Amino acid sequence: MDELRHPIWDFHGGLHVDDRKALSNGSPIRQAAVPKRLQLPLQQHIGRHAEPVVEVGERVLKGQLIARASDYVSANIHAPTSGVVTEIAELPIAHPSGLPAMSIVIEADGEDRWAELPEPIADYRDTDPADLRERLRWAGIVGLGGAVFPTSVKTNVTGRKVDTLIINAAECEPYITCDDRLMREQPAQVIAGAEILCHIVGASQILIGIEDNKPEAIAALRETLSTRGPDNIQLRVVPTKYPSGGEKQLIYLLTGVEVPSQGLPLDVGMVCQNVATAAAVADAVLQGRPLISRIVTVTGQAVAQPGNLEALIGTPVSDLIDQCGGYRPSIHKLIMGGPMMGFGLPSDNVPVTKGSNCLIAATAEESPDPVKASPCIRCGECVKVCPAQLLPQQLYWYARARDFDKTQDHHLFDCIECGCCAYVCPAHIPLVHYYRFAKTEIWASEREREKAEHARRRHEFREARLKRLEEERKARLRKKKEALAKKPEGGKDPKKAAIEAAMQRVAAKKAAQASAGVSPENEKH
Amino acid sequence: MEFPVASSPHLRGGNDIQRVMGQVLLALLPGVAALWWYFGWGVIINLGLAIFTAVFWEWVVMRLRGRDPRPVIGDLSGILTACLLAVALPPTLPWWQTMMGTAFAILVAKQLFGGLGYNPFNPAMAGYALLLISFPADMTRWLEPSVISGHSLGFTEAWNAIFSGIAPSSQGWDAVTGATPLDHMRTELSREHLISEIRQSPAWGDFGGRGWEWVANWFLLGGLFLIWRKIISWRIPVAMLAALALVAGIFWVIDPDIHPSPAFHLFSGAAIFGAFFIATDPVTASTTPRGQLIYGALIGVLVYIIRTWGGYPDAVAFSVLLMNMAAPTIDHYTQPRVFGERETQDE
Repeated sequence: MDELRHPIWDFHGGLHVDDRKALSNGSPIRQAAVPKRLQLPLQQHIGRHAEPVVEVGERVLKGQLIARASDYVSANIHAPTSGVVTEIAELPIAHPSGLPAMSIVIEADGEDRWAELPEPIADYRDTDPADLRERLRWAGIVGLGGAVFPTSVKTNVTGRKVDTLIINAAECEPYITCDDRLMREQPAQVIAGAEILCHIVGASQILIGIEDNKPEAIAALRETLSTRGPDNIQLRVVPTKYPSGGEKQLIYLLTGVEVPSQGLPLDVGMVCQNVATAAAVADAVLQGRPLISRIVTVTGQAVAQPGNLEALIGTPVSDLIDQCGGYRPSIHKLIMGGPMMGFGLPSDNVPVTKGSNCLIAATAEESPDPVKASPCIRCGECVKVCPAQLLPQQLYWYARARDFDKTQDHHLFDCIECGCCAYVCPAHIPLVHYYRFAKTEIWASEREREKAEHARRRHEFREARLKRLEEERKARLRKKKEALAKKPEGGKDPKKAAIEAAMQRVAAKKAAQASAGVSPENEKH
Repeated sequence: MEFPVASSPHLRGGNDIQRVMGQVLLALLPGVAALWWYFGWGVIINLGLAIFTAVFWEWVVMRLRGRDPRPVIGDLSGILTACLLAVALPPTLPWWQTMMGTAFAILVAKQLFGGLGYNPFNPAMAGYALLLISFPADMTRWLEPSVISGHSLGFTEAWNAIFSGIAPSSQGWDAVTGATPLDHMRTELSREHLISEIRQSPAWGDFGGRGWEWVANWFLLGGLFLIWRKIISWRIPVAMLAALALVAGIFWVIDPDIHPSPAFHLFSGAAIFGAFFIATDPVTASTTPRGQLIYGALIGVLVYIIRTWGGYPDAVAFSVLLMNMAAPTIDHYTQPRVFGERETQDE
């Protein structure tokens, strides 16, 4: 009903892809088993890694802080279950490179005993937003839609005016259904979290954007909304089109406002949060519970029983697959995240982290291996589908030619890496790969430049310091000279003065002898 | 368990270059059938000669470059170039000229620049221009459409004409060939005849030359098919034809006695064929939405200028080649507004 009163602004480009959500959205969320061994990487979020605050051999309780945010943009990590810290070392993480990263390993004791938790804040409306943000920061909450940006930082809007909180329920990537199931089963939790976030950022209204391929979730949210008083929350159904869940795309769909190029939603008075993040916020504020688990969609045609599992952070991916009936023989690829923006896992011996929303066990037919790219024929299909309204083929030419200045002229950094261009490319060019390459090269050269700048400043500082020391030395010497020169009157040299004094004494002696009538002996001859 | 890793996206749309080129070839069929109907078997023999030449040279070049020739021939781009050139050639052109034009298109215009995707000029039109400049007499000697001459060239007649230069009629070449409508119009206008007089001739149909206008209609059908299949955008053909009609219309309104109507310009020569099949070649055309409008419109204007005041009766090949040179510059100045970028003054 709400959406009938309000227009939906369609964004440029995008794709209609077979959403394949029916594979996993039919059954309720199951609780995944507590694994024997949990691996918690210190870097599960955007920003600086967390610093461990436990030692090997230490007993930890469920919900106990084990690694502390080491910077403003960083996030706490808590023990997902009770047990013993057995290792703090470089271990494999979910990353396409297969490179290890520092992680804390907890051997579970099976008791699942909770640590003492902070008091719930039931009357959050009377609580200072800064205190609530502190609670989110304590709970280690990050964006659970996959971007994993620390929520306490994103909701810090001090000095900025926010009028709208956007709740991102679009879940536009094919296959993923964890947000869908969450909204169907815990709509009140989502709404409660949204209201808390609304209070924190000081927004006057909440817009929930959801794609029309989730009728059950829409009905569940609508029912919850109908039982509550204030009407500052609106549910807006948007047509199913990838990537409607992109932050800027969703904001445009719902409000017709374009977030400035290379700007933030905050620049247009908005903050955007994902539904699962909202639910985690409600947990942290209303229950005092840290973020130690998340819902993971396990799906794909190569897993026996696709579904959604609520898994503890740190659970091995292979455990989740086993609990979904294991792989089918047709298994070919394992993808973490969505099929459009997720990444391939070289191995399933890696842990689930805060951002792991989906695991896809894909057959070769579902996710074919890349074929050899042909040359770009400049057909412009990519231009038609680009939601950022870029010229993907031009970006590709410049990235390929390593003309990184030109890629920036063509707004490389407005690319959201949604993959639409590569999906439609008739030449099968891995376009997104080229854009990532160009971005990485630019970041690297910027770091180089900063380093060089730093080195230059250090050199200049050293030069200045040496010069200053030299000048100080000279000044000291000059002062000494001046001081010495001032002592004898007439400005004479002290040595000369001594000699003169001696000569004067000799002359006086001679004069005395002469006046006594005694001539010197040598004058006799 | 270990898995192969690839860059995202992990899904793939069903599009590929072979499909794109295949659809364009399919779209050529109605036009080719119409050409065959009005001008006989020479059209088909030309197509065969050109395709054979194109495949042969692509194979040779790929071998010389030490690459597998199969994917390059299999992407159908060389075959498409051959077909686009062949349908533009007179149906009795000597065989070696057809082969020479095709070889030039594939070797010089395409492969010397690095192959598909790297050629700055439309290969088919480069081949056509070479032939037109080198053999203007042969290139402008078209058969009369069968609706006028009452005779459709059989396979043997066409074969003999192409390979042995034997005129298909006992009365010699002049009995079966004539000037194209554009050429005719041009010559007659230069003799200071009025259009109303010129159009008295039985060779004229509703818009352009009889037979010719129908060939244009069938190519138009293929072009609409390409737009419907989203293989080409409407921008270049619409802009080109609209600009041509507009400029022609202005002169026609000023003095319809010496300026042919816009409809004549649209349905004569290669205007329709060029608008949908030649100017839309993605590799050499402009790619930005606004750029495509400008690119197409300028081709339309150039076609009128060259047809009216230039040295050749038709002008699509030269106009397209000229605009190929301008395409990168047009693209540079017509970049679309990026999402979230401040509105700029120019639209």
